[in-house]
Amino acid sequence: MGGSPTGCPRVGLFVTCLVDLLRPSVGFASVKLLRAAGCEVDVPTLQTCCGQPAYNSGDKATAAQIARQTIAAFETHDYVVAPSGSCAGMLKKHYPGLLASDAAWKARAAAFAAKVHELVSFLVDVRGLTSVDAELEARVAYHDSCSGLRELGVKGQPRQLLRSVRGLQLVDMSDAEVCCGFGGTFAVKYPDISNAIVERKTDNVAASGADLLLAGDLGCLMNMAGKLSRQGRAIAVRHVAEVLAGELQEPAICERTRAPA
Amino acid sequence: MSAITSPLFKDNARAALADRQLQRALSEVPLGLAARRGAARAGLPEFEALREIGRDIKNHTLAHLDLYLEEFERKATAAGSTVHFAPTAEDARQIIADICRSAGARVVTKGKSMISEEIGLNACLEAAGVEVAETDLGEYLIQLRGETPSHIIAPAIHLTQDQVEADFRRLHTGLAADRQLVEPSQLVAEARQILRSRFLAADVGITGANFLIAETGSSVIVTNEGNGDLTQSLPKVHIVLASIEKMVPTLEDVSTLVRLLARSATGQEISTYTTFSTGPRRAGDPDGPQACHVVILDNGRSELLGTEFREVLRCIRCGACMNHCPVYTAIGGHAYGWVYPGPIGSVLTPALIGVRKAGHLPNASTFCGRCEEVCPMKIPLPGLMRHWREEEFAAGGTPLTYRLGLAVWAAAAKRPRLYHALVRILMPVLATLGRRAGVFRRLPVARGWTRHRDFAAPQGRTFQAQWAEHKAGVPR
Repeated sequence: MGGSPTGCPRVGLFVTCLVDLLRPSVGFASVKLLRAAGCEVDVPTLQTCCGQPAYNSGDKATAAQIARQTIAAFETHDYVVAPSGSCAGMLKKHYPGLLASDAAWKARAAAFAAKVHELVSFLVDVRGLTSVDAELEARVAYHDSCSGLRELGVKGQPRQLLRSVRGLQLVDMSDAEVCCGFGGTFAVKYPDISNAIVERKTDNVAASGADLLLAGDLGCLMNMAGKLSRQGRAIAVRHVAEVLAGELQEPAICERTRAPA
Repeated sequence: MSAITSPLFKDNARAALADRQLQRALSEVPLGLAARRGAARAGLPEFEALREIGRDIKNHTLAHLDLYLEEFERKATAAGSTVHFAPTAEDARQIIADICRSAGARVVTKGKSMISEEIGLNACLEAAGVEVAETDLGEYLIQLRGETPSHIIAPAIHLTQDQVEADFRRLHTGLAADRQLVEPSQLVAEARQILRSRFLAADVGITGANFLIAETGSSVIVTNEGNGDLTQSLPKVHIVLASIEKMVPTLEDVSTLVRLLARSATGQEISTYTTFSTGPRRAGDPDGPQACHVVILDNGRSELLGTEFREVLRCIRCGACMNHCPVYTAIGGHAYGWVYPGPIGSVLTPALIGVRKAGHLPNASTFCGRCEEVCPMKIPLPGLMRHWREEEFAAGGTPLTYRLGLAVWAAAAKRPRLYHALVRILMPVLATLGRRAGVFRRLPVARGWTRHRDFAAPQGRTFQAQWAEHKAGVPR
């Protein structure tokens, strides 16, 4: 590996559709972190979504078509990194199965899957990062998003890096590993059940005493932030990459006005 | 079969969420079981290795199920049992009703059996004039109330203690008004007093089986109340009712699987009673039934063997998947609308009653993956739910509006250039609309979302649009 002329590994950023559309600052925070970890970052334009809406709705053909398109877009990169455990899990754990019976794509899918990583675990496990240069006075609760935790083993890495943020205090939150109730289309198909689950989550967030809630997946963050906002609870919500990169100029998720610096 | 309300899952769930008594019950027991399972797992370093061994035992058995069923029949027959194969629920009901009739049964006691729920046995026996007495405490409570189990190992998990007290005061005639029924032990003592008389009156005892052992022809039940032992040893006829996938090859295999079962179910190292029974009373035995029948139910399971759903047949019915499921612990078991709730039900129910009726079940999952993580048999439950969604989609069962939305999204997502051209225009417009508030409190296209929570306004231009400028050297 290390395909670039500079000897730096060439990372293709899989932006994820939610970050691309709703919160580009997470994408720029990811680029900053990857560069700080000695990577050259490229963002292929022929990417859209990882395909989970189709895959999890039973539309395998569409999901497979998107998988081929995504694999082709990242064929020249040393690594594929996504600021989402859910999307990275889809690329890494589900693309090979989707294309297993496609002789022309089976090997390409396997090679692709081998180089896919979730952002924070990539920084720690692959790039050996042990700390970041960032500062933030905050009491932080960290929610373990399901796919990152269970499909990719993302658990200690974000906490390790957050502990190195000056002024930041990590607090314990009950049931941090329990689903927030997002579940992609689940939140729209079964809104009442989803709501009951996220209410339990925001109760745990509030009980933790945190003033900032972080996680590594924008879908879960939108869900939890949306509920906290509706409940009128003054707890800010951000993607973990924003804090680690010190990219905090943009208001927090669902925040009305810019946060005081 | 009990009435199927799975097609009404959404209504069931809404009612369950509004039921404060149920919510109070759900906030305690399932989560307590999950915590105890976690402690038991932590206390057994080889737990993960055991899971793999357990999975392999079941996979091997299922791959040679015909041979082991035949072996079981041979050994059980040699031990004096009569083995009956029941292809359908109707067959099983018929076989059991016939046995009860020829035994002249007026009272039948039952140990806990989900298969008997699956085949609707009680209603069938009662229609034949037989009194059926459930002897598992939870089953007894719901029988009093005319309900069905809401959990596969804790059938009355939806009830609170004060509901039980009220039921006893209402239905146990002759109960003194000043009788204390506050402590769980007082409630158990009251139930035990009633059940004693049924145990002694019973002509036939029916139990389920956690395992059937091919090498010995034995059946195994795992309980904590001892009611199963009295059910099968006091009456003159014992009927074991089990489904085909309860088969394991050897006693040794059972000793591996019970280590997983008790820990996964209740966090116990071993259940209070693990009872092996092999045939009727032999000459010289101090007790035991005079006749023993084993009714082995298929009811569609063998059709799963050649499919991707065969993995669900590894299930040992511990209930861990429900105790750890965010959906089950929010709505309870009855909302699922048939016998088997929770993640295992979401995979098994479509196989047994059809995906047309049970289509909601595999869809109502966040795919959080906790069920698969805790399943002692390593059943890939989310993956199997996804398979049901694929079958539903392929059969055109997915709701039309949802299908349409998906098609519009897919048309764009499969064309990156078109996609980026569209969102490049769309997102700044949305951002402008939402900028002042930071959120949308109501979005017509995502009403389900904004009914309960705000939708964060987008920041503005898409990442890709900004990145293109960034690359060209324009400062952000």
